[in-house]
Amino acid sequence: MEVPILKQGAFLIATFQAALSDADLNHLRMGLVQQVVKFRSRAVIVDVTAMDVMDSFASRTLREIAHMIRLRGAETVIVGIQPEVAFAMVQLGLTLEGVATALDLEEGLAYLNEKFKVTN
Amino acid sequence: MAKRDGTTADNELKRTEQPSELLRELVAHLRQNRTQLREEWVVRISETRLLTAMTKEEIFAEATSVYDSYVEALETEAFEALQAYARNLSERIIPRGVETHEVVGIVLLLRDVLARSLFAKYQNDFKKLNRILDAYEPAANRIANTVAVGFVQERERVIRQQQEAIRELSTPVLQVRERLLILPIIGVIDPQRARQLTEQLLRGIRTNRAKVVVIDITGVAAMDVTVANHLVQTVEASRLLGATVIVTGLSPEIAQTLVTIGVDLGKMNTVGDLQGGIEQAERLLGYKVATLAEPR
Repeated sequence: MEVPILKQGAFLIATFQAALSDADLNHLRMGLVQQVVKFRSRAVIVDVTAMDVMDSFASRTLREIAHMIRLRGAETVIVGIQPEVAFAMVQLGLTLEGVATALDLEEGLAYLNEKFKVTN
Repeated sequence: MAKRDGTTADNELKRTEQPSELLRELVAHLRQNRTQLREEWVVRISETRLLTAMTKEEIFAEATSVYDSYVEALETEAFEALQAYARNLSERIIPRGVETHEVVGIVLLLRDVLARSLFAKYQNDFKKLNRILDAYEPAANRIANTVAVGFVQERERVIRQQQEAIRELSTPVLQVRERLLILPIIGVIDPQRARQLTEQLLRGIRTNRAKVVVIDITGVAAMDVTVANHLVQTVEASRLLGATVIVTGLSPEIAQTLVTIGVDLGKMNTVGDLQGGIEQAERLLGYKVATLAEPR
Protein backbone atom coordinates (compact mmCIF):
# COMPACT_ATOMS: atom_id res chain seq x y z
CA MET A 1 0.00 0.00 0.00
CA GLU A 2 1.51 3.27 -1.05
CA VAL A 3 1.62 5.96 1.57
CA PRO A 4 1.09 9.33 -0.08
CA ILE A 5 3.85 11.84 0.58
CA LEU A 6 2.90 15.43 -0.12
CA LYS A 7 5.11 18.44 -0.33
CA GLN A 8 4.11 21.56 1.58
CA GLY A 9 6.77 24.21 1.07
CA ALA A 10 9.85 23.17 2.96
CA PHE A 11 8.02 20.31 4.61
CA LEU A 12 6.87 16.84 3.60
CA ILE A 13 3.63 15.33 4.88
CA ALA A 14 3.19 11.56 4.96
CA THR A 15 -0.27 10.31 5.85
CA PHE A 16 -0.41 6.79 7.22
CA GLN A 17 -3.40 4.70 6.26
CA ALA A 18 -5.07 2.42 8.79
CA ALA A 19 -3.46 -0.96 8.29
CA LEU A 20 0.17 -0.85 7.26
CA SER A 21 2.09 -4.07 6.95
CA ASP A 22 5.71 -4.39 8.05
CA ALA A 23 6.70 -4.35 4.38
CA ASP A 24 4.78 -1.09 3.85
CA LEU A 25 6.56 0.47 6.81
CA ASN A 26 9.98 -0.56 5.55
CA HIS A 27 9.15 0.76 2.09
CA LEU A 28 7.96 4.02 3.58
CA ARG A 29 11.09 4.47 5.65
CA MET A 30 13.29 4.41 2.58
CA GLY A 31 10.85 6.45 0.52
CA LEU A 32 10.64 9.27 3.03
CA VAL A 33 14.37 9.68 3.38
CA GLN A 34 14.77 9.68 -0.39
CA GLN A 35 12.14 12.42 -0.69
CA VAL A 36 13.83 14.50 2.00
CA VAL A 37 17.06 14.28 0.01
CA LYS A 38 15.36 15.05 -3.29
CA PHE A 39 13.47 18.13 -2.06
CA ARG A 40 15.96 19.24 0.58
CA SER A 41 13.08 19.36 3.05
CA ARG A 42 13.51 20.96 6.47
CA ALA A 43 11.00 18.69 8.17
CA VAL A 44 8.61 15.76 7.80
CA ILE A 45 5.18 15.48 9.35
CA VAL A 46 3.95 11.92 9.76
CA ASP A 47 0.18 11.90 10.23
CA VAL A 48 -1.04 8.75 11.99
CA THR A 49 -4.61 9.90 12.64
CA ALA A 50 -5.97 6.89 10.75
CA MET A 51 -4.02 4.36 12.78
CA ASP A 52 -6.16 2.84 15.47
CA VAL A 53 -3.46 0.56 16.72
CA MET A 54 0.28 0.99 17.06
CA ASP A 55 2.44 -2.03 17.66
CA SER A 56 6.08 -2.10 18.67
CA PHE A 57 7.29 -2.53 15.10
CA ALA A 58 5.42 0.51 13.86
CA SER A 59 6.63 2.48 16.85
CA ARG A 60 10.23 1.48 16.28
CA THR A 61 9.94 2.29 12.58
CA LEU A 62 8.72 5.78 13.40
CA ARG A 63 11.69 6.36 15.66
CA GLU A 64 14.06 5.07 13.01
CA ILE A 65 12.49 7.35 10.40
CA ALA A 66 13.01 10.30 12.73
CA HIS A 67 16.64 9.35 13.35
CA MET A 68 17.42 8.82 9.67
CA ILE A 69 15.79 12.11 8.75
CA ARG A 70 17.70 13.90 11.48
CA LEU A 71 20.91 12.61 9.86
CA ARG A 72 19.81 14.61 6.84
CA GLY A 73 19.48 17.66 9.08
CA ALA A 74 15.68 17.61 9.09
CA GLU A 75 13.06 17.42 11.85
CA THR A 76 10.24 14.88 12.22
CA VAL A 77 6.89 15.52 13.92
CA ILE A 78 4.41 12.72 14.55
CA VAL A 79 0.83 14.00 14.64
CA GLY A 80 -2.62 12.58 15.17
CA ILE A 81 -1.97 9.82 17.70
CA GLN A 82 -5.42 8.87 19.01
CA PRO A 83 -6.07 8.88 22.79
CA GLU A 84 -6.69 5.12 22.90
CA VAL A 85 -3.55 4.45 20.88
CA ALA A 86 -1.48 6.77 23.10
CA PHE A 87 -2.75 4.98 26.19
CA ALA A 88 -1.95 1.56 24.77
CA MET A 89 1.48 2.70 23.68
CA VAL A 90 2.60 3.99 27.06
CA GLN A 91 1.37 0.81 28.71
CA LEU A 92 3.65 -1.14 26.41
CA GLY A 93 6.48 1.27 27.09
CA LEU A 94 6.51 2.68 23.54
CA THR A 95 7.09 6.34 24.23
CA LEU A 96 8.58 7.61 20.96
CA GLU A 97 11.27 9.26 23.01
CA GLY A 98 13.25 11.93 21.24
CA VAL A 99 10.62 12.45 18.56
CA ALA A 100 8.46 15.55 18.48
CA THR A 101 4.72 15.07 18.62
CA ALA A 102 1.70 17.29 18.08
CA LEU A 103 -2.06 16.91 18.30
CA ASP A 104 -2.81 17.13 14.59
CA LEU A 105 -1.62 18.44 11.26
CA GLU A 106 -2.52 22.04 12.08
CA GLU A 107 -0.58 21.91 15.34
CA GLY A 108 2.31 20.16 13.68
CA LEU A 109 2.64 22.89 11.06
CA ALA A 110 2.31 25.60 13.72
CA TYR A 111 5.11 23.95 15.72
CA LEU A 112 7.42 23.77 12.72
CA ASN A 113 6.69 27.30 11.56
CA GLU A 114 7.42 28.56 15.04
CA LYS A 115 10.63 26.60 15.18
CA PHE A 116 11.96 27.63 11.79
CA LYS A 117 10.87 31.23 12.14
CA VAL A 118 13.69 31.69 14.61
CA THR A 119 16.40 30.21 12.46
CA ASN A 120 15.18 31.97 9.33
CA MET B 1 -28.88 -30.83 52.97
CA ALA B 2 -29.42 -32.23 56.44
CA LYS B 3 -29.69 -35.95 56.06
CA ARG B 4 -31.09 -38.03 58.76
CA ASP B 5 -29.76 -41.44 57.95
CA GLY B 6 -31.23 -43.11 61.00
CA THR B 7 -27.84 -44.18 62.36
CA THR B 8 -28.24 -41.65 65.13
CA ALA B 9 -31.18 -43.60 66.42
CA ASP B 10 -30.13 -46.06 69.05
CA ASN B 11 -30.20 -49.76 68.21
CA GLU B 12 -33.13 -50.37 70.45
CA LEU B 13 -35.35 -48.42 68.08
CA LYS B 14 -38.78 -49.84 68.68
CA ARG B 15 -40.80 -47.31 66.79
CA THR B 16 -40.29 -46.95 63.07
CA GLU B 17 -40.30 -43.21 62.92
CA GLN B 18 -38.70 -41.78 59.85
CA PRO B 19 -36.66 -38.65 60.34
CA SER B 20 -39.12 -36.79 58.17
CA GLU B 21 -41.94 -37.81 60.47
CA LEU B 22 -40.03 -36.41 63.41
CA LEU B 23 -39.47 -33.22 61.53
CA ARG B 24 -43.14 -32.91 60.72
CA GLU B 25 -43.98 -33.53 64.35
CA LEU B 26 -41.68 -30.84 65.65
CA VAL B 27 -42.72 -28.37 62.97
CA ALA B 28 -46.35 -28.95 63.95
CA HIS B 29 -45.46 -28.28 67.56
CA LEU B 30 -43.64 -25.07 66.66
CA ARG B 31 -46.58 -23.88 64.58
CA GLN B 32 -49.11 -24.72 67.25
CA ASN B 33 -47.20 -22.76 69.86
CA ARG B 34 -46.26 -19.99 67.51
CA THR B 35 -47.78 -17.11 69.44
CA GLN B 36 -46.32 -18.08 72.75
CA LEU B 37 -42.87 -18.98 71.45
CA ARG B 38 -42.62 -15.84 69.36
CA GLU B 39 -43.54 -13.75 72.37
CA GLU B 40 -40.91 -15.51 74.46
CA TRP B 41 -38.35 -14.82 71.80
CA VAL B 42 -39.18 -11.13 71.56
CA VAL B 43 -38.86 -10.85 75.34
CA ARG B 44 -35.42 -12.51 75.19
CA ILE B 45 -34.40 -10.13 72.40
CA SER B 46 -35.14 -7.06 74.49
CA GLU B 47 -33.59 -8.62 77.59
CA THR B 48 -30.31 -9.10 75.79
CA ARG B 49 -30.60 -5.58 74.38
CA LEU B 50 -30.48 -6.54 70.74
CA LEU B 51 -32.06 -4.58 67.88
CA THR B 52 -32.01 -1.40 69.93
CA ALA B 53 -32.22 0.57 66.69
CA MET B 54 -35.73 -0.74 66.07
CA THR B 55 -39.06 0.03 67.72
CA LYS B 56 -41.11 -2.60 69.54
CA GLU B 57 -43.62 -2.70 66.68
CA GLU B 58 -40.89 -3.18 64.10
CA ILE B 59 -39.27 -5.94 66.13
CA PHE B 60 -42.60 -7.69 66.49
CA ALA B 61 -43.31 -7.46 62.77
CA GLU B 62 -39.86 -8.73 61.78
CA ALA B 63 -39.98 -11.39 64.49
CA THR B 64 -43.18 -12.75 63.07
CA SER B 65 -41.82 -13.07 59.57
CA VAL B 66 -38.49 -14.47 60.78
CA TYR B 67 -40.27 -17.05 62.96
CA ASP B 68 -42.46 -18.18 60.11
CA SER B 69 -39.53 -18.35 57.71
CA TYR B 70 -37.52 -20.30 60.29
CA VAL B 71 -40.23 -22.89 60.78
CA GLU B 72 -40.85 -23.11 57.06
CA ALA B 73 -37.16 -23.70 56.42
CA LEU B 74 -37.22 -26.51 58.99
CA GLU B 75 -40.16 -28.03 57.20
CA THR B 76 -39.21 -27.63 53.57
CA GLU B 77 -35.42 -27.54 53.85
CA ALA B 78 -35.58 -24.87 51.13
CA PHE B 79 -32.44 -23.07 52.17
CA GLU B 80 -32.14 -20.98 49.00
CA ALA B 81 -35.49 -19.44 49.76
CA LEU B 82 -34.29 -18.77 53.29
CA GLN B 83 -31.11 -17.14 52.02
CA ALA B 84 -33.11 -14.91 49.70
CA TYR B 85 -35.33 -14.01 52.62
CA ALA B 86 -32.28 -13.26 54.77
CA ARG B 87 -30.81 -10.96 52.14
CA ASN B 88 -34.12 -9.23 51.76
CA LEU B 89 -34.42 -8.78 55.51
CA SER B 90 -30.86 -7.47 55.66
CA GLU B 91 -31.55 -4.96 52.91
CA ARG B 92 -34.31 -3.57 55.12
CA ILE B 93 -32.50 -3.53 58.44
CA ILE B 94 -28.94 -2.61 57.51
CA PRO B 95 -29.91 1.00 56.78
CA ARG B 96 -31.52 1.01 60.23
CA GLY B 97 -28.10 0.38 61.73
CA VAL B 98 -28.52 -3.25 62.69
CA GLU B 99 -25.19 -4.99 63.16
CA THR B 100 -24.06 -8.49 62.27
CA HIS B 101 -23.79 -9.63 65.88
CA GLU B 102 -27.41 -8.60 66.44
CA VAL B 103 -28.70 -10.66 63.55
CA VAL B 104 -26.67 -13.70 64.54
CA GLY B 105 -27.72 -13.10 68.14
CA ILE B 106 -31.45 -13.09 67.52
CA VAL B 107 -31.33 -16.17 65.30
CA LEU B 108 -29.44 -18.07 67.98
CA LEU B 109 -31.93 -16.87 70.57
CA LEU B 110 -34.78 -18.20 68.49
CA ARG B 111 -32.95 -21.47 68.04
CA ASP B 112 -32.59 -21.65 71.81
CA VAL B 113 -36.21 -20.76 72.55
CA LEU B 114 -37.45 -23.45 70.18
CA ALA B 115 -35.00 -26.04 71.48
CA ARG B 116 -36.08 -25.43 75.06
CA SER B 117 -39.67 -25.79 74.01
CA LEU B 118 -38.82 -29.17 72.53
CA PHE B 119 -37.02 -30.15 75.73
CA ALA B 120 -40.10 -29.21 77.71
CA LYS B 121 -42.44 -31.19 75.50
CA TYR B 122 -40.43 -34.40 75.30
CA GLN B 123 -38.76 -34.31 78.68
CA ASN B 124 -40.45 -37.49 79.80
CA ASP B 125 -39.30 -39.50 76.83
CA PHE B 126 -35.54 -39.20 76.71
CA LYS B 127 -35.07 -41.41 73.70
CA LYS B 128 -37.68 -39.58 71.72
CA LEU B 129 -36.22 -36.26 72.76
CA ASN B 130 -32.89 -37.43 71.42
CA ARG B 131 -34.39 -38.37 68.10
CA ILE B 132 -36.28 -35.13 67.89
CA LEU B 133 -33.13 -33.16 68.57
CA ASP B 134 -31.25 -35.22 65.99
CA ALA B 135 -33.79 -34.03 63.49
CA TYR B 136 -33.79 -30.47 64.77
CA GLU B 137 -30.10 -29.76 65.36
CA PRO B 138 -28.65 -29.99 61.83
CA ALA B 139 -31.51 -28.02 60.36
CA ALA B 140 -31.32 -25.36 63.05
CA ASN B 141 -27.57 -25.02 62.54
CA ARG B 142 -28.08 -24.74 58.83
CA ILE B 143 -30.67 -22.02 59.35
CA ALA B 144 -28.46 -19.96 61.66
CA ASN B 145 -25.64 -20.28 59.18
CA THR B 146 -27.81 -19.34 56.20
CA VAL B 147 -29.23 -16.26 57.82
CA ALA B 148 -25.84 -15.03 59.02
CA VAL B 149 -24.27 -15.57 55.62
CA GLY B 150 -27.19 -13.89 53.90
CA PHE B 151 -26.78 -10.87 56.13
CA VAL B 152 -23.05 -10.63 55.53
CA GLN B 153 -23.50 -11.01 51.78
CA GLU B 154 -25.91 -8.12 51.78
CA ARG B 155 -23.46 -5.98 53.71
CA GLU B 156 -20.74 -6.83 51.23
CA ARG B 157 -23.02 -5.90 48.37
CA VAL B 158 -23.63 -2.50 49.94
CA ILE B 159 -19.92 -1.97 50.43
CA ARG B 160 -19.22 -2.83 46.79
CA GLN B 161 -21.92 -0.42 45.70
CA GLN B 162 -20.40 2.36 47.75
CA GLN B 163 -16.95 1.65 46.39
CA GLU B 164 -18.32 1.88 42.88
CA ALA B 165 -19.96 5.21 43.69
CA ILE B 166 -16.71 6.59 45.03
CA ARG B 167 -14.90 5.44 41.95
CA GLU B 168 -17.39 7.09 39.71
CA LEU B 169 -17.04 10.44 41.39
CA SER B 170 -15.78 11.87 38.21
CA THR B 171 -12.84 14.18 38.21
CA PRO B 172 -13.60 17.04 35.89
CA VAL B 173 -11.18 18.08 33.21
CA LEU B 174 -11.45 21.86 33.23
CA GLN B 175 -10.38 24.34 30.62
CA VAL B 176 -9.18 27.53 32.28
CA ARG B 177 -7.61 29.24 29.29
CA GLU B 178 -7.42 28.54 25.61
CA ARG B 179 -5.30 25.42 25.22
CA LEU B 180 -4.87 25.02 29.01
CA LEU B 181 -6.56 22.26 30.99
CA ILE B 182 -6.60 21.63 34.72
CA LEU B 183 -7.19 18.22 36.24
CA PRO B 184 -7.67 18.54 40.02
CA ILE B 185 -7.45 15.13 41.62
CA ILE B 186 -8.89 14.60 45.07
CA GLY B 187 -9.06 11.58 47.31
CA VAL B 188 -7.92 8.06 46.93
CA ILE B 189 -6.76 6.82 43.59
CA ASP B 190 -6.76 3.14 42.89
CA PRO B 191 -5.48 1.71 39.62
CA GLN B 192 -8.96 1.62 38.14
CA ARG B 193 -9.65 5.26 38.90
CA ALA B 194 -6.18 6.19 37.65
CA ARG B 195 -6.96 4.53 34.35
CA GLN B 196 -10.30 6.30 34.13
CA LEU B 197 -8.64 9.66 34.79
CA THR B 198 -6.04 9.07 32.09
CA GLU B 199 -8.62 8.17 29.47
CA GLN B 200 -10.73 11.17 30.39
CA LEU B 201 -7.72 13.47 30.23
CA LEU B 202 -6.53 12.22 26.84
CA ARG B 203 -10.01 12.68 25.38
CA GLY B 204 -10.10 16.16 26.93
CA ILE B 205 -6.76 17.06 25.37
CA ARG B 206 -8.03 16.12 21.97
CA THR B 207 -11.42 17.80 22.34
CA ASN B 208 -10.05 21.05 23.75
CA ARG B 209 -6.86 20.98 21.66
CA ALA B 210 -4.91 21.55 24.81
CA LYS B 211 -1.22 22.25 24.69
CA VAL B 212 -0.66 22.35 28.43
CA VAL B 213 -2.28 20.34 31.22
CA VAL B 214 -1.84 21.04 34.91
CA ILE B 215 -2.52 17.95 37.03
CA ASP B 216 -2.94 19.00 40.63
CA ILE B 217 -2.58 16.30 43.25
CA THR B 218 -2.69 18.44 46.38
CA GLY B 219 -5.79 16.53 47.41
CA VAL B 220 -4.12 13.14 47.11
CA ALA B 221 -2.57 12.01 50.35
CA ALA B 222 -0.61 9.06 49.12
CA MET B 223 -0.16 6.92 46.12
CA ASP B 224 1.38 3.53 45.76
CA VAL B 225 3.92 2.50 43.18
CA THR B 226 1.30 1.26 40.72
CA VAL B 227 -0.59 4.53 40.72
CA ALA B 228 2.63 6.54 40.55
CA ASN B 229 3.49 4.61 37.41
CA HIS B 230 0.06 5.42 36.04
CA LEU B 231 0.80 9.09 36.61
CA VAL B 232 4.04 8.81 34.69
CA GLN B 233 2.21 7.01 31.88
CA THR B 234 -0.40 9.76 31.82
CA VAL B 235 2.36 12.32 31.35
CA GLU B 236 3.89 10.29 28.53
CA ALA B 237 0.60 9.62 26.79
CA SER B 238 -0.28 13.31 26.96
CA ARG B 239 3.02 14.14 25.29
CA LEU B 240 2.12 11.80 22.43
CA LEU B 241 -0.90 14.03 21.90
CA GLY B 242 1.33 17.07 21.80
CA ALA B 243 0.50 18.34 25.28
CA THR B 244 2.90 19.26 28.06
CA VAL B 245 1.94 18.15 31.55
CA ILE B 246 2.78 20.08 34.71
CA VAL B 247 2.20 18.18 37.95
CA THR B 248 1.58 20.31 41.02
CA GLY B 249 0.94 19.74 44.69
CA LEU B 250 3.12 16.73 45.33
CA SER B 251 3.12 15.90 49.02
CA PRO B 252 6.41 14.84 50.67
CA GLU B 253 5.15 11.24 50.77
CA ILE B 254 4.37 11.19 47.09
CA ALA B 255 7.66 12.85 46.25
CA GLN B 256 9.34 10.05 48.18
CA THR B 257 7.38 7.41 46.27
CA LEU B 258 8.35 8.91 42.92
CA VAL B 259 12.01 9.03 43.86
CA THR B 260 11.86 5.48 45.19
CA ILE B 261 10.44 4.03 42.00
CA GLY B 262 13.10 5.86 40.08
CA VAL B 263 10.92 8.11 37.98
CA ASP B 264 13.02 9.96 35.46
CA LEU B 265 12.36 13.42 36.83
CA GLY B 266 13.63 14.94 33.64
CA LYS B 267 10.50 13.59 32.05
CA MET B 268 8.19 15.01 34.66
CA ASN B 269 7.58 18.69 34.89
CA THR B 270 6.61 19.57 38.46
CA VAL B 271 5.85 22.80 40.27
CA GLY B 272 5.14 23.27 43.97
CA ASP B 273 1.56 24.43 43.97
CA LEU B 274 -1.37 24.95 41.63
CA GLN B 275 -0.85 28.70 41.40
CA GLY B 276 2.76 28.21 40.34
CA GLY B 277 1.67 25.55 37.89
CA ILE B 278 -0.86 27.81 36.21
CA GLU B 279 1.65 30.64 36.03
CA GLN B 280 4.16 28.40 34.34
CA ALA B 281 1.51 27.07 31.98
CA GLU B 282 0.59 30.61 31.00
CA ARG B 283 4.23 31.38 30.30
CA LEU B 284 4.51 28.30 28.11
CA LEU B 285 1.44 29.37 26.19
CA GLY B 286 2.68 32.91 25.81
CA TYR B 287 0.14 34.54 28.09
CA LYS B 288 1.07 37.49 30.15
CA VAL B 289 -1.02 38.66 33.08
CA ALA B 290 -1.00 42.41 33.71
CA THR B 291 -2.98 44.64 36.03
CA LEU B 292 -5.01 47.21 34.17
CA ALA B 293 -5.51 49.64 37.00
CA GLU B 294 -5.06 49.95 40.73
CA PRO B 295 -7.63 47.82 42.56
CA ARG B 296 -10.00 50.02 44.55
